Amino acid sequence: MQNQISAPKQRLSLSDPKVRAWLFQIITVIAVVAMGWYLFDNTQTNLQHRGITSGFGFLENSAGFGIAQHLIPFKESDTYARVFLIGLLNTLLVTFIGVILATLLGFIVGVARLSNNWIINKLATIYVEVFRNIPPLLQILFWYFAVFLTLPGPRAAHGFFGSFFVSSRGLNMPAAITNGATLPFVISIVVAIVATVLMAKCANKRFEETGVPFHKFWAGLGLMLVIPTLCALVFGAPVHWEVPELKGFNFVGGWVLIPELLALTLALTVYTAAFIAEIVRSGIKSVSHGQTEAARSLGLRPGPTLRKVIIPQALRVIIPPLTSQYLNLAKNSSLAAGIGYPEMVSLFAGTVLNQTGQAIEVIAITMSVYLAISISISLLMNWYNKRIALIER
Amino acid sequence: MKMLKSTLAVVAAAAALGVSSFAQAGATLDAIQKKGFIQCGVSDGLPGFSVPDKDGTIKGIDADFCRAVAAAVFGDAKKVKFSQLNAKERFTALQSGEIDILSRNTTWTSSRDASMGLVFPGFVTYYDGVGFLANSKLGVKSAKELDGATICIQAGTTTELNVSDYFRANGLKYTPITFDTSDESAKSLESGRCDVLTSDKSQLYAQRSKLASPKDYIVLPETISKEPLGPVVRRGDEEWTTIVRWVGYALLNTEEAGVTSKNVEAEAKSTKNPDVARLLGADGDYGPQLKLPKDWVVKIVAQVGNYGEIFEKNLGKTTALEIDRGQNALWNAGGIQYAPPVR
Repeated sequence: MQNQISAPKQRLSLSDPKVRAWLFQIITVIAVVAMGWYLFDNTQTNLQHRGITSGFGFLENSAGFGIAQHLIPFKESDTYARVFLIGLLNTLLVTFIGVILATLLGFIVGVARLSNNWIINKLATIYVEVFRNIPPLLQILFWYFAVFLTLPGPRAAHGFFGSFFVSSRGLNMPAAITNGATLPFVISIVVAIVATVLMAKCANKRFEETGVPFHKFWAGLGLMLVIPTLCALVFGAPVHWEVPELKGFNFVGGWVLIPELLALTLALTVYTAAFIAEIVRSGIKSVSHGQTEAARSLGLRPGPTLRKVIIPQALRVIIPPLTSQYLNLAKNSSLAAGIGYPEMVSLFAGTVLNQTGQAIEVIAITMSVYLAISISISLLMNWYNKRIALIER
Repeated sequence: MKMLKSTLAVVAAAAALGVSSFAQAGATLDAIQKKGFIQCGVSDGLPGFSVPDKDGTIKGIDADFCRAVAAAVFGDAKKVKFSQLNAKERFTALQSGEIDILSRNTTWTSSRDASMGLVFPGFVTYYDGVGFLANSKLGVKSAKELDGATICIQAGTTTELNVSDYFRANGLKYTPITFDTSDESAKSLESGRCDVLTSDKSQLYAQRSKLASPKDYIVLPETISKEPLGPVVRRGDEEWTTIVRWVGYALLNTEEAGVTSKNVEAEAKSTKNPDVARLLGADGDYGPQLKLPKDWVVKIVAQVGNYGEIFEKNLGKTTALEIDRGQNALWNAGGIQYAPPVR
């Protein structure tokens, strides 16, 4: 009797919810894989049939065109693979500068929106409402065509201190050229950083033990200034400056920030900072007023109250949405194609795609790159989020 | 917005390439006859070649070529729909089957002919070459004086490569700024971001006519490359390729024979010239051999005109562009436009 009852349980039956669950999952996996395989195989067949070259061999071919901004050396006879690398670096450059500037500006505006000063408060509100409600592409075009390109040409450039020049060709500035004294100078900076960190550790330890505060900031600043200065006095100037000069059509020598980079960075910073400001404001608001009162009653002044009590608690609320803003900034950098900044989409998914005609490979590579950049930012921010999360007991 | 649109178009076209079935000989003509119109890819606005007028009708020599093909296939030059494409979108749109002909001032090169699944039927709509448009204030008289110049280029064109070749060959330095559309590069030239704008010479005249003060800009004398511009079709359908090629030759042959839109109907009825009789379908089966109606050339010329008429209407002395026939004159008039005979 017992055998008869237990037997159906062991047999595979569709009426068993566990079996059903497994079955449907297996079917789904097979369907997805089959669909993917069909698409891949069909594409391959079609490409072959139409005589369209496929594969990644084109990356080895010589590009044959010039690029306006490259962070690594580039000449026209270099390969498409190097063009890809240049596009990637240009995208990362904008993302990196944009994230840092947007975070700084966003925090300032966010705190300003909570200010008791009426004018500061309203200015911050106007800033946020204006810039987050205009599409980023329009802002990029505005900064580029209406601001940077309306500057005078290089022959009528605005000069500052005889070595900085602002024109429609961008910002030309002196370049630092390394010499024999550069290495000792870099070493002295490293030494200064190490000394500052050690000093801060000692000061913290003493503070925990005795409660006597120490002016870490001023002491650190002093170390950072004195050590490199001494080094420069001993070894001579660490670099010499190559000042840009107007020759023919344009400035020659020195470094240049091209207007496409300036317009793009500025537009993305201003746009993203408006969102970050709101995130910062919501984070600070989420810390109950009781915390402020408690800190005040302990005798903390407003500055330390904000730094040591409010911000650490607010960060828990701020970090996750901040991550999405960083991701948006990275992805919005692809809008640069509209103003001719040579980043991934305009350079690789634009020029290279057209010169080689290999749309599928180029688009696949470009999408993977954005995926990789976004996932890296996510992982980094998630790690930071875990680190600052409130440890609950 | 434009960028987003064009990126989406490229992605969609790439995806479409993945799922569409492949071409067979004759399939293109069958499909066109079934849907009742020709889908023609033209530029995103280039005066003289393909540009919408104030009613939205696309005008220009490239657009008229598509109209001529429609007149040959359907006997009605209006049975054509236009897709406006930028330089980056054009080949993917043709590869994926979104358009039937690409007639978009496209340079015929060996790699485009061989490795992209496309084929140039061999008719050249316009013999062109790359040149430079400079602000006359710069005081530049020749392209050789352009060392260190900043140059505006349209992305994804052979111009990008030709400029780089020219500057390398002459040992000159330059900075390229590449834009998606010709309008953006023209705007940047006007604002002084670039010293010169470079493109096919015909386009330089067209772009100069669009600037706020065209008189302040000069086209430098050098022509630094060969740019034969012509229609493109998908590889693998010889029948369709042949039709497109011979529509082009029909335009040239009619001009050579003195057949115009004014006299074509009369000539078709009463010509004594055996060449013209064959061309206009009064004698022989040359149309049906191409899978076209007997009177295909009559329809083309009556509705669109011969090559000379199309050229004068869109690019010639009566237009804002004022371009000479130059190389584009017929072979017996000092040019290099030459068509094999219909017989």
